[in-house]
Amino acid sequence: MSLAELEIPLKTKPVGEAPVIEMEAVDKEFILGGAFLNQTFLKALSGVSLQLYRGKALALVGESGSGKSTCARMLARAYEPTGGAIRFHGEDISQFKGQRLQRYRAEVQMVFQDPFGSLNPTQGIGYHLERPLRLHRPDLRGRAAIEAEMLSLLESVGLRPAADYLKRRPHELSGGQRQRVAIARALSVQPHVLLADEPTSMLDVSVRLGILNLLEDLKQQRQLAALYITHDIATARYFAEEAAVMYAGHIVEQGPSQEITDNPRHPYTQLLIEAVPNPHRKMGVVPGRRATDIPLRTRSSRGCPFVSRCPKATSICSEAMPDPITVGPGHTARCHHV
Amino acid sequence: MYSDRVLMQVRNLTVDYVGDHSVARAVNGIDFDIREGEAFGLAGESGCGKSTVAFALARLTRLPGLVSGGEVRLNGEDVLKFDKARLKAYRWNEVSFVFQSAMNALNPVIPVSEQIMDVIETHQPDLGAEGARKRAVELFDLVGIPSKRLDDYPHQFSGGMRQRICIAIALALQPRLIIMDEPTTALDVVVQRDIIEQIVELKGRLGFSVLFITHDLGLMIEFCDRIGVMYSGELVEVAPAETILTDPRHPYTRALGNSFPPLTGPRLRMEGIPGTPPDLRALPQGCRFAPRCPHAMDICRSVAPELRAYPELRSEAACHLLN
Repeated sequence: MSLAELEIPLKTKPVGEAPVIEMEAVDKEFILGGAFLNQTFLKALSGVSLQLYRGKALALVGESGSGKSTCARMLARAYEPTGGAIRFHGEDISQFKGQRLQRYRAEVQMVFQDPFGSLNPTQGIGYHLERPLRLHRPDLRGRAAIEAEMLSLLESVGLRPAADYLKRRPHELSGGQRQRVAIARALSVQPHVLLADEPTSMLDVSVRLGILNLLEDLKQQRQLAALYITHDIATARYFAEEAAVMYAGHIVEQGPSQEITDNPRHPYTQLLIEAVPNPHRKMGVVPGRRATDIPLRTRSSRGCPFVSRCPKATSICSEAMPDPITVGPGHTARCHHV
Repeated sequence: MYSDRVLMQVRNLTVDYVGDHSVARAVNGIDFDIREGEAFGLAGESGCGKSTVAFALARLTRLPGLVSGGEVRLNGEDVLKFDKARLKAYRWNEVSFVFQSAMNALNPVIPVSEQIMDVIETHQPDLGAEGARKRAVELFDLVGIPSKRLDDYPHQFSGGMRQRICIAIALALQPRLIIMDEPTTALDVVVQRDIIEQIVELKGRLGFSVLFITHDLGLMIEFCDRIGVMYSGELVEVAPAETILTDPRHPYTRALGNSFPPLTGPRLRMEGIPGTPPDLRALPQGCRFAPRCPHAMDICRSVAPELRAYPELRSEAACHLLN
């Protein structure tokens, strides 16, 4: 550890501040199969509630198929909720139409996992920044103003000299540089909310921290409300103030990210943290297998989704899923046995 | 545990990628040993040459790749000089491979039983179809998949199970060395832990060695006995796994270790490694890491450091700072 490292101040949730965007008891069902009366539904999200605050990040952590990306897509209004509500500055987003909807599309931006697929290979970097500016920034009049904004965006994501990057095409850039372009594009429309869906998992290890640090700086400077989706609980702790652990469409534990990793209370969170590679111990042979598929939740599913894998499960667990139980300051877990 | 007997000795291994107008030296004369029963890891950024080394050891290098020099000795025999017949006996009998995309390495239109038996029948024809099937059942038991699923197709298995099947196929002929190139990268952490623990258990029981390649340094340190750190086609440090994080010799090793946020302790801002690795066709003079190194001196920019042994730490490193 060198002296250059600074402790990241742990900011607590501002008392009384309203969330920028929130999901309240959101359900999402997808049609699994069948037709008409015998249709079956997959419950991708069950009663998910979360809030994003200005200048703060919430990490959504869980295995593939747990519903993390579905949450982001609902917030971006790519999917409509089956139940519950999503509110942006207090307004229900499902009511947005026309101009208000177009403005919402700018106010909530996504950064995707794959920077190789999210940029158009036939167009230069300038094109990717110019289009959103022309569509969503009527305040920028004329070619010169747009050009100046493009340069300042590239500078702000650490691509210097910016003029040099403007004419390049995506294939000339490394994965980390492309992800920076994708971030610049998201910022170009001055969003309030940034949804980052595994923004570093396709990148090389040595550039991941650079992208996370960039997102951290931008979050502070621009007071962005960020949702950080990841399966890597260590980076969740590094980047996000708050963390929510998802399993089979349920948030099973939520709280300050340091508290979640230091003192996990839900058996699933404990399993997840135990599974993270830890260079400070040596791999031993532990009997018994822990991994199984995440159960498919349908309308008739009852009880805790984790019951089939849980070492603490009792009969009540297969009958009802408990409401969030407060286990510490701002720290809740949905388990009968905490 | 591993012994001090060397299974595979790699000396001055050099691999080039030949282009129309240029040659990129992807692996530049590296030396290392893999000992019997040992898990040896190769770490480094993308493009540092770790997979190229793995392919060269299995004699799988294909054009434009070209093994242009060095020796790979297995019990004294030079693998790079094997003829076709010897190579057939070498592959899978002595060295097998679990690929990065092992989840997709199985043929989707053929039941897995045939794919396992295929390996056994090709290399041990005297066993016969019945014997091969019996062995396939044993292999399924070994990796913990019910043998009644032997005739299922790959899509009927989960990603983790498919990975186990690939490991079963790699174990089919009881090789001395298994090369694993990012074997768990596409899997969730919980599944990853199960599979790695199973490999540890099998390794202890069957006594094979592993050459392990992953970008996840935490996983590598936990699993491997010794680790070689590669940068831009060269080995910059070879050390026991436990000292890679706690007592790294080379500044690159230290920088790589600082690229992973820890799961415990205070939340500190970390800086990772600034810059990018050099273009293999336009290498800097002297040490290849010097342009990114915070401690670079004048000598680093003119003279390339040699890999030297530091017996008190049981490690080797190539850095002028240590002299």
